[in-house]
Amino acid sequence: MSAELTTSSAAELGRRLAAGEVTSAEVTSAYLDRIAAEDGALGAYLHVDPEAALARAAELDGAGSVGTGLTGLPVALKDVVVTEGVPTTSGSKILEGWRPPYDATVAARLKAAGTVLLGKTNMDEFAMGSSTENSAYRITRNPWDHERIPGGSSGGSAAAVAGGLAPWAIGTDTGGSIRQPAAVTGLVGHKPTYGSVSRFGLIAFSSSLDQAGPMTRTVLDAALLHEAIGGHDPLDSTSTDAPLPLLVECARRGADGNLSGLRVGLVRELGGDGHADGYEQGVLDGFTAAVALLESMGAEVREVSCPAFDLALPAYYLIAPSEASSNLARFDGVRYGLRVGDDGSHDLDDVMALTREQGFGPEVKRRIILGTYALSSGYYEAYYGQAQKVRTLISRDFSAAFGTSDDPGVDVLVSPTTPTVAFPLGARVDDPMAMYAADLCTLPASLAGLPAISVPCGLSDGLPVGFQIMAPALADDRCYRVAAALEAAQGGPLIDRLARAEKDSAEKDRA
Amino acid sequence: MSTPSPKDPLSRQEIAHLARLARLAVTDEELDLFAGQLAVVLDAVARVGEAPVEYVPPTTHAVPMTNVMRPDVARPSLPQDVVLAGAPAAEDGRIRVPRILGEEA
Repeated sequence: MSAELTTSSAAELGRRLAAGEVTSAEVTSAYLDRIAAEDGALGAYLHVDPEAALARAAELDGAGSVGTGLTGLPVALKDVVVTEGVPTTSGSKILEGWRPPYDATVAARLKAAGTVLLGKTNMDEFAMGSSTENSAYRITRNPWDHERIPGGSSGGSAAAVAGGLAPWAIGTDTGGSIRQPAAVTGLVGHKPTYGSVSRFGLIAFSSSLDQAGPMTRTVLDAALLHEAIGGHDPLDSTSTDAPLPLLVECARRGADGNLSGLRVGLVRELGGDGHADGYEQGVLDGFTAAVALLESMGAEVREVSCPAFDLALPAYYLIAPSEASSNLARFDGVRYGLRVGDDGSHDLDDVMALTREQGFGPEVKRRIILGTYALSSGYYEAYYGQAQKVRTLISRDFSAAFGTSDDPGVDVLVSPTTPTVAFPLGARVDDPMAMYAADLCTLPASLAGLPAISVPCGLSDGLPVGFQIMAPALADDRCYRVAAALEAAQGGPLIDRLARAEKDSAEKDRA
Repeated sequence: MSTPSPKDPLSRQEIAHLARLARLAVTDEELDLFAGQLAVVLDAVARVGEAPVEYVPPTTHAVPMTNVMRPDVARPSLPQDVVLAGAPAAEDGRIRVPRILGEEA
């Protein structure tokens, strides 16, 4: 029964909890057993507290509310989400051993919804990276091929869910950190409209871009988890008070497979004609096949040009490091976290510099230096100021594509999620620009604050390919509708194939 | 720092200066590594200069909002012991910090 539980969708687990077929303690134990057996090799988690998880599950079972809503379902949180009394490091040595004194709103809402916290997942330090290799603690492997990256920065959440070490997980996405790991591990990952999920208690990387969202086996699960964490939060001044669209309903309706009348734009600058350099053929083939499926379900497809998207990568790698250099100033060795050199011979400035030198890894230092430069007097206009204007051009390209009252435009824009399948571990660690290229397709929606989902669209040489669907602000429901239709048209969630392959090989071993 | 055009690569010395501004006690080995890597990155990001941005306003934030207010009501803050429990050094109910002035001051 255990294997069956850890390859089920969260929605299915919820149904079985509600029917009284299983208890929260049984479900939680199944995942904890799997973590104990597999995580030494996989490296998905930074912190797991089995006793606390089991006690929580037993308490929920005892209260008799298991099966209503999310009650009794386990969940994993990316380690950037602060959790009261539970170690939170953001993948950095500078926060080693820190136990936050409060819960992030995302964590608090999931707690209030009755979920069981399985653990905190590995990530690139302060969410800076696309492979999780920038974690200060451990390497995370891709469950489809242990010699390859799980994507990043939410690679621990991706590996946990894809590997059956959590039914679903929370990730965060600044430039693609939910969508790209979801794509390369065969999961569904959604970056919500900026401002629609609270950032309170997310350790800030780039505040105008950071957003938390779901990473799941199925589109329906993503909608369920998104509805649980979304909505206005007075503790986040950038939180919007617009109501969340009906995401679960849209995911259910989308699965009917009727997309007639839906206008879909293929972004030429993201893998289209004349813009396919760096894109693997297998990724482009998977993308093309998915577009054909959308057409077969009644969608009207056309190509759309968004010329400013060509500059999304340079703009992002100025804006994000600039904001990071400011946000990470809080790690000063004074109020919490690491302190180095406090031996009476160094003054506060020295202690700060020694603490930050020892506490931060190379990618974090590179970005802090780059951001400090881009914001410095004399260079501000040429770099940060110019990047912010490019950001405006990118938003204008989106607005033009999505149309006006006179010109209907398209309902959604689509592209590959990332130009390649999961690359081998170590392949890009010494080449920052090659690493940054993994974010090429996910950056435009991030800079414009728009919702975007990655849903699997098949395999290329046995490795998952992701399909990205971008929508106007607050129209997250469109992402879910189209993603659900695509998932259904492909015969169900791609991740189920990994579970089947594992089962087959286990049976072969026994034979 | 001199004022080279944006496309000039950062010198090792400039990176050391930026690291000091950012309170990073970087090592010589790191300076060597970062100088090469940042030259490549800077060359790539300098492409923002190609954009036709005359009369284009900057976007600081995807959701335009100003002056988000909340009622001016006092709320409990975190308890002192909880805050101090997370501090690297505490003394007499306060966070202890290294001296902020040099001997000669």
